[in-house]
Amino acid sequence: MSADLTDLYQQVILDHNKRPRNRGKLPTANRVAHGDNPTCGDQCSVYLRLAPGLPGQPNRITEISFDGSGCAISQASASLMTTKVKGKNAAEVAALYKEFHDIVTTGNSPDEVSDLAAFAGVHAFPARIKCATLGWHAALEALKSDSLPTTTESHTD
Amino acid sequence: MLDPQKIRADFPALHQLVHGKPLVYLDNAATAQKPQIVIDTLSHFYERDNSNVHRGLHALSMRATDAYESARSRVAKFINAADPAEIIFTRGTTESINLVAASWGSANLKPGDVILLTEMEHHSNLVPWQLIAKRTGATLRYLPVIGADAEGGLDLTRLDSLLTPEVKLFAFTHVSNSLGVVNPAAELCAKARARGIITVVDGAQSIGHMPVDVRALDCDFYAFSGHKMAGVTGIGVLYGRRAMLDAMPPWQGGGGMISNVDFFESRWKPAPERFEAGTPNFADAVALGAACDYLDVLGREAIAQHDGALACLAFEKLSELPGIRLLGPRGARSGLVSFAFAEVHAHDIVTFADEDGVALRGGHHCNQPLMRKLGLTGTTRASFYVYNTAEEIDVLVASLRRTLKFFGAA
Repeated sequence: MSADLTDLYQQVILDHNKRPRNRGKLPTANRVAHGDNPTCGDQCSVYLRLAPGLPGQPNRITEISFDGSGCAISQASASLMTTKVKGKNAAEVAALYKEFHDIVTTGNSPDEVSDLAAFAGVHAFPARIKCATLGWHAALEALKSDSLPTTTESHTD
Repeated sequence: MLDPQKIRADFPALHQLVHGKPLVYLDNAATAQKPQIVIDTLSHFYERDNSNVHRGLHALSMRATDAYESARSRVAKFINAADPAEIIFTRGTTESINLVAASWGSANLKPGDVILLTEMEHHSNLVPWQLIAKRTGATLRYLPVIGADAEGGLDLTRLDSLLTPEVKLFAFTHVSNSLGVVNPAAELCAKARARGIITVVDGAQSIGHMPVDVRALDCDFYAFSGHKMAGVTGIGVLYGRRAMLDAMPPWQGGGGMISNVDFFESRWKPAPERFEAGTPNFADAVALGAACDYLDVLGREAIAQHDGALACLAFEKLSELPGIRLLGPRGARSGLVSFAFAEVHAHDIVTFADEDGVALRGGHHCNQPLMRKLGLTGTTRASFYVYNTAEEIDVLVASLRRTLKFFGAA
């Protein structure tokens, strides 16, 4: 097996694909968003509960789950994403996504020990970047919406 | 019998390594590779004859016009159309179907009318009808497929009851791009014709793989693309019965399609020019003529046997893989197989196969409604053509076994 392929399918990714974390619907969610990858039919719904933090502080994700179907890369990425963004506010999630996006598009990770660095191999497979970012797009979309639960189509790139 | 080893010499793109492995090109249902003669015909046209067609009075324009109109006649002969004027050049199957929907549909459909489709249609034979239905107030109706894996093909027992007087048009695919089933097109057209219903046949997956005779099928329209039949991209055909075309309004306006233009009104040329506004894609049409020649030298009956035999062999060998779900007919089939594994997603399979030099396609194959009905988000598809061999199927199966093992699914 080539180095590129072993880089793409890291143990972290295989593990999250096989044993996804936070998978399923979240009955207590107050935000829902749906991401589609129209080229392959992959789907990802993200359910999250946003709750007020300390007085004067922005809302934070107190609970999160995802649901959907897709390749190992998209499923593992969504699973890992849920573990990373729990407890974060919208600005922190956006910063984390920027870090992740840089990793999957450049292959360089500022923090080699971060779980997110497992996705560095994606950069050698440009067609799979959309797979890796699908769950993140759905999460960002869910955070964007106002007070009521919404379902939106997010545009993946 | 085709000799794929000999045929391979005609296709330059096949002779390359991919990730260090010999290319095994099994993505022919998406697009076929091109024989040297087609590539040369296109280059030759640009090197020698290139000039805009029709209206030109100089030598190159006359050569280009002759070459373009000869290609039209060649295509007419290829599908046994009665008259070259029944051949309209388009960008491909999708544009051909959109032409019928926009022109015939807007002139003839009204609220209460029904367009009958089948559940196995490609998005290109589905979305244009959704659009025109919305605009005219017509509604869509579907002939279902049978079986958990669509192994029964179309449910023909339902056809008579679905062909009610409200049905004005019946559009269906000749060969399914995700199931590999060959639909009984002549029988479907006959049933529609007996009720005065217009028929549109999507020939994208049939045209390069089997004999096609539009008069024997007795369809009103037949749509196909050049690039899936060893021709180049950007050129396709709409065959339309002459009487139908003559009664249809233009769908795009511009140069080349008018007989007279005034400031406030124009008159149209007859078919095919009426439906070819603007500078047509004459160079690619000429190359399509060369593709027709190439396929007829091989013989389309022989091509059908070769592709079908490979697909059946692949079906048999793939069925031995653990946890595989194979779609479509269990017996005779067209030159493709489509399959899914519960444990491993199609895109992971395609990525691994690519590493072994095997080009596959994974996804919904523009059949989202059908995939949903079958409880799938997508499949992996291997599709065969004149240059594929039984040995390449062994490479495919070995690659799949390796992938399943990697994901702990075998």
